[in-house]
Amino acid sequence: MHMMDSKQQLVDLVARFTEYSAKHLPDDILNRLRELRAMETTDFARIIYDAMFENIDMAHELSRPVCQDTGVLQFFARVGTRFPLIDHLDEALRDAVLLATRRAPLRHNAVEVFDEKNTGNNVGYRIPWIETELIPDSDVLELCVYMAGGGCSLPGIAEVLMPLEGYEGIVRFVFDRITTYGINACPPLLVGIGIAGSVEVAAKLSKKALLRPIGSRNENPIGADLEKRIEEGLNGIGIGPGGLTGSMSVMGVHIEQAARHPATLAVGLSTGCWAHRRAWIRIHGDLSYELLSHKGAEI
Amino acid sequence: MSKKILQTPISDRDLEGLSVGDVFYLNGYLITGRDDVHQRVIKQDLELPVDLRGGAIFHAGPIMREREDTPGRYEVISIGPTTSMRMEKYEKEFIEKTGVKLMIGKGGMGPKTTEGCVEGPAVHAVFPGGCAVLAARCVEEIEDVKWLDLGMPEAMWVMRVKEFGPLIVSIDSKGDNLFERNKKLFAEKKLPIVEEINRHVDYLHGPKT
Repeated sequence: MHMMDSKQQLVDLVARFTEYSAKHLPDDILNRLRELRAMETTDFARIIYDAMFENIDMAHELSRPVCQDTGVLQFFARVGTRFPLIDHLDEALRDAVLLATRRAPLRHNAVEVFDEKNTGNNVGYRIPWIETELIPDSDVLELCVYMAGGGCSLPGIAEVLMPLEGYEGIVRFVFDRITTYGINACPPLLVGIGIAGSVEVAAKLSKKALLRPIGSRNENPIGADLEKRIEEGLNGIGIGPGGLTGSMSVMGVHIEQAARHPATLAVGLSTGCWAHRRAWIRIHGDLSYELLSHKGAEI
Repeated sequence: MSKKILQTPISDRDLEGLSVGDVFYLNGYLITGRDDVHQRVIKQDLELPVDLRGGAIFHAGPIMREREDTPGRYEVISIGPTTSMRMEKYEKEFIEKTGVKLMIGKGGMGPKTTEGCVEGPAVHAVFPGGCAVLAARCVEEIEDVKWLDLGMPEAMWVMRVKEFGPLIVSIDSKGDNLFERNKKLFAEKKLPIVEEINRHVDYLHGPKT
């Protein structure tokens, strides 16, 4: 296959993948929402969950974005060093965003800083945001698209604590934010926490935590225990769907960490709304693919 | 119980019958307005291009598609509420200046807007967040668009809606505020929970067995 033909084929595939992820929630999110819905008993919670599930079904039937805020597009790529289109990846992802924006259609969400102009096509300076990790000796591309909506990006925060504030300080930091800003961010939320030595690492890891499947646990048993404790604790507050009170608060709590400096304890917090549009696809060197987040889906 | 339906133009008397937690639906005109519209009307003191007296605004940035057969006319694809709290800074003055009677969004608004709701009077209500296709189904027609130079999410879309809802009253014209009440409740419940977790997380001295 000619390289340019295959590049166009990749653009088209990623565009269809992006469009699909705007219109269909991933399997793990749907399952978790069904579980949470069954645990709620109040009238408010029933009204909100009924609306949410009717909306999910209608988006599916009418082929429309689940939420009007299709976010600023972010890609997290794990790319094999022998993936044939590795040199064209960034360009292909930008072109895919342009195409998906027209086709889906997606909302225009790229506003240039300083000029304060909406570009009208979801592509802007450094946007879509692309993060790449290399997989040695592989010809596979594992690609995650995340639609970072405004509402659930608003609670985002990171801070460098003094180490003697301890993990207790981290727990307070998370609870303070989720019980205030989190209420307006379309709960039940997925809570991502990053712990590291500096502010940007903690912030990035908090976003990476949101990309993990619901139900997965931190690799470190102590980290996994902290995830469970924070999750149970937040659920004990009973924020409920839409922040209107209920039995539960969150879809999950995920923590990601990097070794820290002895003199700093940085914490980052990112939240994902209930309409958590985060999709994973594995694309092989010959551009055959499987969707990892939506089992059996045709795109 | 039958559906409670409000019709625009909304009178002060209509608002008297609404208290926090009430569920209702809207018929008539609904106009989108969010950050940039508030900025223009209040900070830049521009003349509003739409008469909002007795009207309803929707804190929302929709996905619209221009009709291929009739350029300049639009159809709504998805239109859910945006975070109302972002408009807290200007909403009180916005109510005063425009005579708007109903603000619809998601999540709560703060004490300044609550004052504005008493003085207006006006009411803030929430539509279930993220339910953008459901909301689009309640839109009969996009009649007009103003300030499209602000871009698709920030423009003022003038829509005719039918049984737009469910809407839950979050701030009523008596000054009651559902989300501020909830926030107090969450803050109280948080304290003993954080204290209990923090009995187990003193990892600085190595993991406890």
